[in-house]
Amino acid sequence: MFSWFRTDIIVEYWPLFLQGLWTTLELTAIGIGVGTVLGLLLGLGKVSQVEHGPWRWPVLLFIRWPSTLYVTFVRGTPLFVQILLIHFAIVPLLIHPSEGLLIQGDVALYLKREYGAFISGALALSLNAAAYIAEIFRAGIQSIDRGQFEASRSLGMSYYQTMKNIIVPQAFRRMLPPLGNEAITLLKDSSLVSAIGLAELAYAARTAAGAYARYWEPYLFISFVYLLITLALTYGVNFLERKYKPL
Amino acid sequence: MIKIEKLDKFFGSKQVLTQVSADIQDNEVICIIGPSGSGKSTFLRCMNALEKADNGRIEVDGFEVHSPKVNLDELRTHVGMVFQRFNLFPHMTALRNICLAPEQIKSLSKSESEKLGRELLERVGLADKADAYPHELSGGQQQRVAIARALAMNPKVLLFDEPTSALDPEMVGEVLDVIKSLAHSGRTMVIVTHEMGFAERVSDRVFFMDEGQIVERGTPKEIFYESKAERTKAFLSKIM
Repeated sequence: MFSWFRTDIIVEYWPLFLQGLWTTLELTAIGIGVGTVLGLLLGLGKVSQVEHGPWRWPVLLFIRWPSTLYVTFVRGTPLFVQILLIHFAIVPLLIHPSEGLLIQGDVALYLKREYGAFISGALALSLNAAAYIAEIFRAGIQSIDRGQFEASRSLGMSYYQTMKNIIVPQAFRRMLPPLGNEAITLLKDSSLVSAIGLAELAYAARTAAGAYARYWEPYLFISFVYLLITLALTYGVNFLERKYKPL
Repeated sequence: MIKIEKLDKFFGSKQVLTQVSADIQDNEVICIIGPSGSGKSTFLRCMNALEKADNGRIEVDGFEVHSPKVNLDELRTHVGMVFQRFNLFPHMTALRNICLAPEQIKSLSKSESEKLGRELLERVGLADKADAYPHELSGGQQQRVAIARALAMNPKVLLFDEPTSALDPEMVGEVLDVIKSLAHSGRTMVIVTHEMGFAERVSDRVFFMDEGQIVERGTPKEIFYESKAERTKAFLSKIM
């Protein structure tokens, strides 16, 4: 029945698929990890507020508004465009053998040659995930009853102590389901970085497809792989959700 | 201990406090009564700067509460608060609810703070509930834990914002008993309450508030039996 399915294509390109799978997993893990840390900071930035006193305006000007601006920009533009912008414009500005703002010389040359697309891809996915996770954090934080904040502050705990001990731990439990969704989205969106020549799963499929002019086998195969990882992620998130039930 | 001068507070264009002044002495127990919406809770919440007054000044334990230079975190360690809805931290046990602030602020070790926490739980009659989470406790028990939590920083002033209003009737007594046991134990207490019998028994002075002002103030006897203001009499006749 499946005799038309040419398994030999998959077998021949197995090493490339395996490497692609590994790169996809790396990109997803980095995206979720860095995105969560950055997203927490951005989310806190978006809700940061000093109601009175000398810090009111500096906090608005240097924390709250830039966070909001960043999230608005990233959520308002396509990830695909962000990947191209980062790979061809921003990263060369920062890492360049002669005029890189961050890294120059041989190190820049080496990084660019060996890891150029990976750095750009991981950066783009992390920065993109951060914006979405920031919104998840913000919603989670704002869903916590104001009385919790007041009770903590009325004991004399600072804004930072309150966020760390009271608000964020409670918000985190409510954020697990949307965070799981974001992880799954990120996994699938990572296929877009094949556009800058990063050899992840979709790139492997494209290579195999191009060599044999056969499209069913490679793309069906990676669809199945994505599906499996998605199911595994879903299972993991469900486990965490059961463990950390919202209170 | 608490000195309030000509406080104004607006929510939008609605004035909820109008030129409220009051002096509260060390160790005094004050009950604030009055109809809902009269500004009692707002007045109380101005005392630890959970609300910021628009005009006037408040001095609590030597702190100028609304001065931009005041260290609010330090002020609040001297002013405990008990809320109508308890506001216990739901992700922590009763004991951890109490221990957290002393550990974070006074850098007490875990064993020191837990010793303190257990003493306080014993004091509110809940020694056996140390490891219970808030959702496993009744409303009355939760409020007693909240009182123990407020006591953990050993504040000089305790503010109670309608501590029994969210409780089932059969649990009101146990909470009021705990509050009564704290009165005149070296602490100033300001209690917003609808429990008139309790206010009469426990307080040194009663403030009657209506429409954002303290209409009348005096000993429980003066307010409940010899009140001079028409509004006080009308309010008391409605609820007694």
